Amino acid sequence: MSLNEEVELLRSIPLFANIEPSKLKLLAFTSERLAFQEGQSLFQQGDMGDAAYLVVDGTADVIIEGPDGGKLTVAQIGRNAFVGEIAILCDVPRTATITATAKLDTLRISKDLFFRLVNEFPTMAVEIMRELAHRQEQTNLQLTEANRRLRELESSGG
Amino acid sequence: MEKTIYGYVWRFSRQQQVTMTLMSAASLPFLYLFYEIPKTIINEAFQGIGVDFPLNLSEKLTFNVMGQDIPLLGPFEMSLDQVPYLFSLCALFLVLVGINQGFKYIINVYKGLTGERMLRRLRFELYGRVLRFPLPTFRKMSQGEIIPMITAEVEPLGGFIGDAFSLPAFQGGYLATILAFLFMQDWRMAAAAVALYPLQLWLIPKLQRKVNLLGKERVARVRRLSDKIGETVQGVQETHAHDTSNFVLTDFANQLFWIYGVRERIYRQKFVIKFLNNSIQQLGPFAFYSIGGYFVIQGDLEIGTVIAAIAAHKDLAAPWKELLNYYQMQADASIKYDQVVSQFGPAGMRGPDYQLIEPSNLSPLEGELTATNLTLNDDQDVAVVDGVSLRLALDKRYAIVGSGGSGKEELTLLLARLLDPDNGNLSLGGDDGAILSEAVTGRRITHVGAAAFVFAGTIADNLFLGLKHRPLVAAEMDGAAARHRDVYVDEARRSGNIEYDPDADWIDYAAAGVEDAAALCRAGAAALKRIGMDEEVYQFGLRGTVDPQSRADLAEAILRARAGLRTRMANDPALLELVEGFAGDAYNLNASIGENLMFGNPVGDAFDVEHLAEHPYVLDVLEQVGLTEQFLSVGFQVASTMVELFADLPADHELFQQFSFISADELPDIQALLQRSDRANLSALPDEDRARLMSLPFKLIPARHRLGLVDDDLQDKVLEARRYFASHLPDELRDAVEFFDADSYNASANIQDNILFGKVAYGQAQAVDRVGALISEVVEEQGLHEAVAEVGLNFEVGIAGSRLSTAQRQKLALARALLKRPDILILSESTTSLDSAAQAAIMEALLADFEGRCLIWSVQRASMAAGFDEILVMRQGRLMERGTYADLSQSNDYVKELLASE
Repeated sequence: MSLNEEVELLRSIPLFANIEPSKLKLLAFTSERLAFQEGQSLFQQGDMGDAAYLVVDGTADVIIEGPDGGKLTVAQIGRNAFVGEIAILCDVPRTATITATAKLDTLRISKDLFFRLVNEFPTMAVEIMRELAHRQEQTNLQLTEANRRLRELESSGG
Repeated sequence: MEKTIYGYVWRFSRQQQVTMTLMSAASLPFLYLFYEIPKTIINEAFQGIGVDFPLNLSEKLTFNVMGQDIPLLGPFEMSLDQVPYLFSLCALFLVLVGINQGFKYIINVYKGLTGERMLRRLRFELYGRVLRFPLPTFRKMSQGEIIPMITAEVEPLGGFIGDAFSLPAFQGGYLATILAFLFMQDWRMAAAAVALYPLQLWLIPKLQRKVNLLGKERVARVRRLSDKIGETVQGVQETHAHDTSNFVLTDFANQLFWIYGVRERIYRQKFVIKFLNNSIQQLGPFAFYSIGGYFVIQGDLEIGTVIAAIAAHKDLAAPWKELLNYYQMQADASIKYDQVVSQFGPAGMRGPDYQLIEPSNLSPLEGELTATNLTLNDDQDVAVVDGVSLRLALDKRYAIVGSGGSGKEELTLLLARLLDPDNGNLSLGGDDGAILSEAVTGRRITHVGAAAFVFAGTIADNLFLGLKHRPLVAAEMDGAAARHRDVYVDEARRSGNIEYDPDADWIDYAAAGVEDAAALCRAGAAALKRIGMDEEVYQFGLRGTVDPQSRADLAEAILRARAGLRTRMANDPALLELVEGFAGDAYNLNASIGENLMFGNPVGDAFDVEHLAEHPYVLDVLEQVGLTEQFLSVGFQVASTMVELFADLPADHELFQQFSFISADELPDIQALLQRSDRANLSALPDEDRARLMSLPFKLIPARHRLGLVDDDLQDKVLEARRYFASHLPDELRDAVEFFDADSYNASANIQDNILFGKVAYGQAQAVDRVGALISEVVEEQGLHEAVAEVGLNFEVGIAGSRLSTAQRQKLALARALLKRPDILILSESTTSLDSAAQAAIMEALLADFEGRCLIWSVQRASMAAGFDEILVMRQGRLMERGTYADLSQSNDYVKELLASE
């Protein structure tokens, strides 16, 4: 797969959807293509995050470990999934472990590189801010909805 | 050392000086004849003045002894006409030319050699003294001062020493000869010619004294300057860290200004001397012309006498000038000698015997190490170690505990005899410690400090350094080498240097408890393992190279490891994705186009990967297989992509360095190039632009760069170019590349690359770790671990061990000390750079090792003393208390305090 295809994939990610193609190309070119074998983990829950991964091909499990040590597979991801993106935006530990369930091909976007590009190109930052605000809006709506339902339940129950 | 340079010269080169003076004296009569013959030719042979032809030679050539003429030709009769007489004299003239130049040649060479040998002796003496300086001297005297003293400052002394006695003797004799000649002809004229010499003899030394003082000042200032430069190099990191470059530069400029000032005064004074000298010299002719002329006009003096006086004065000028020059030169040399020698005799310097004499008895130490009232003062006369008395058994392990300035470090240095106490004494099993030579203290006792030094060279050089005390086995020599060795010894004797053979085997195998070099390597590896450095050395080994000629067995084993790796890869598809092996008929996607084309390692600079595109042969290969157009086109596309990607970034952005094919400075040029070129007709571009574009594809690695430019067609063509490159390689370039060959060891690649024989694939998670593990497996399988670690011993550690980490340097210093198996091992905070796990591991290993032997360890934290037989508590230079850790950690308040503060 060549650079141009990687750029197309990146554009399909909402976070990057509105960024100019030439900047995405630079992001793709300076990012590393990384392949994982079945059973290898992209990262472990609790680690400090240093990169986000765009799945180019293959499948993986998202696993969450409970406080009692029990492991629970909460999701399966495949082509076009973008995981670990919170880690390149702020310093939080990984909230899940991701393990390849088949040969997994990814584009690894390191936090370091991502920030250097955002620093360099403010328009990129604005686009990302817009996307995050959009998400926030969605979350707020969902929260309001959830609160409403909770109150309904409380009033119906009480 | 002798107080004056004359004393030194006379003591060590008396015989040579006398020989040179005698040779000079012997040359004088011939010189005299050489000046005499032309006169005879003109007067007698040309003009026939005072001779009748045919000339009876047996009458002319007589030798007057006590009033009687003795004919030189004996009873032979011989007479010559004018023309044969002329030619005979001319022939004699030629012979004298040869004799005089021959004398000059012999005397000059002899002089040069004498001077050089004396210089060698002086330098050796000074260097030897540096080795005997008491350690505190180096706090006041920096290497920046010592280096120029031994190198540049004494250099002119060599030239002077050759002339020290012979020049004044020769020129003085010459002057005396001419003077005598003149006095015999006309004493008044001769007296007139030298009338002003007394004035010069009185005046010049007076002026010279001022120049001498300035000369002294200049030497001191230049020395300070070189000290400054040395300091700058050592502290350059701080200069950057605090932005003090301007301050440092200003200080330097200030020093240069002062040196200039001194020089200026020297020049003025020196040329005043020259001015006076020449002026006084010309006063002679002035007197002859004016006074002599006046008397001639008056008729009191014949004109011939005045002319003769002027000629005589001229003859005297040359030797007189030489003598005056000599006077200035000796003044300069004397200053330099004084200045240097006065620095090389600090108080407390040990005698030469302390190092040179090999004691007859070097058996293991026995008894006790006893110190009585040991006192050491610092340069302000404050006691750092204050009246310490102790007895230490040679079969116990002691920890010295105390805070930073408690004197514990100095105590270890005193016990190791590296420092001499100001008061008190030290004895070892009844022998007075002050008499013990360095051979005993340096072999039976070993001290390792916190900043133990690692010398430039290999790890092995450093590891085995502690075993090199004297040459033990002479090197094997053939005839030529033996003759060379004889010359070496002879020269060493002539200049008082040490005669040992640098090429002999110096390693004391017995001291390490082994028989031969192979066993020593194993012992070294064991010592490294004990202090936890074995894995690091093994890694160095993997990155080291092996000469397949001398280590054919190892090269073959490595090839077997390569085959083993291949088998594993063949059986496991997952591994196949990790490593892309080299194959002669396949394109390697994880290697650059340049590497694919050459398919080998460059040896030397000819095919340097960075400049491959500039090599005419490489360009010719591309042309021959029809790749030029394609390279231009790929180059164009690479350039366009790079411009597209990077043009918006500022020039100093680090992404440029990391990722771009084109440096930031080149980018505008390339942009302009792209604009003016027509993609369809790239070959029409000027040569310079073509070369630029051609150079870009060489670095392209398809698997890494993913630009989609290396298609199957290009790969096939590059493979064709690879074949052409190898088959048409001119003979003179055959040694510039070592091709990849699956069945043979590649001497220019390291061991790891030889095993791998391919490229670690890009884009595989944890590829480097997994490949590393894989290589370790095949290395173990072939039983190669030890051999690889041995190659690692040849790792070059860099200047002062700068290629090793601080922790590695400390470990190496410890391993070096262990290998020597000392009776007493003294450590002074020698694990401070290691992490606490490594420290604990080393301490455990050493405590076990020295069970029943003597270990004295000044520990940086009191809690580290727990495992020792006994602890000594130092406080403010005094030995406060000694006892077991269990007792003192409960009863001693100071120890409790130290433990609490950790």
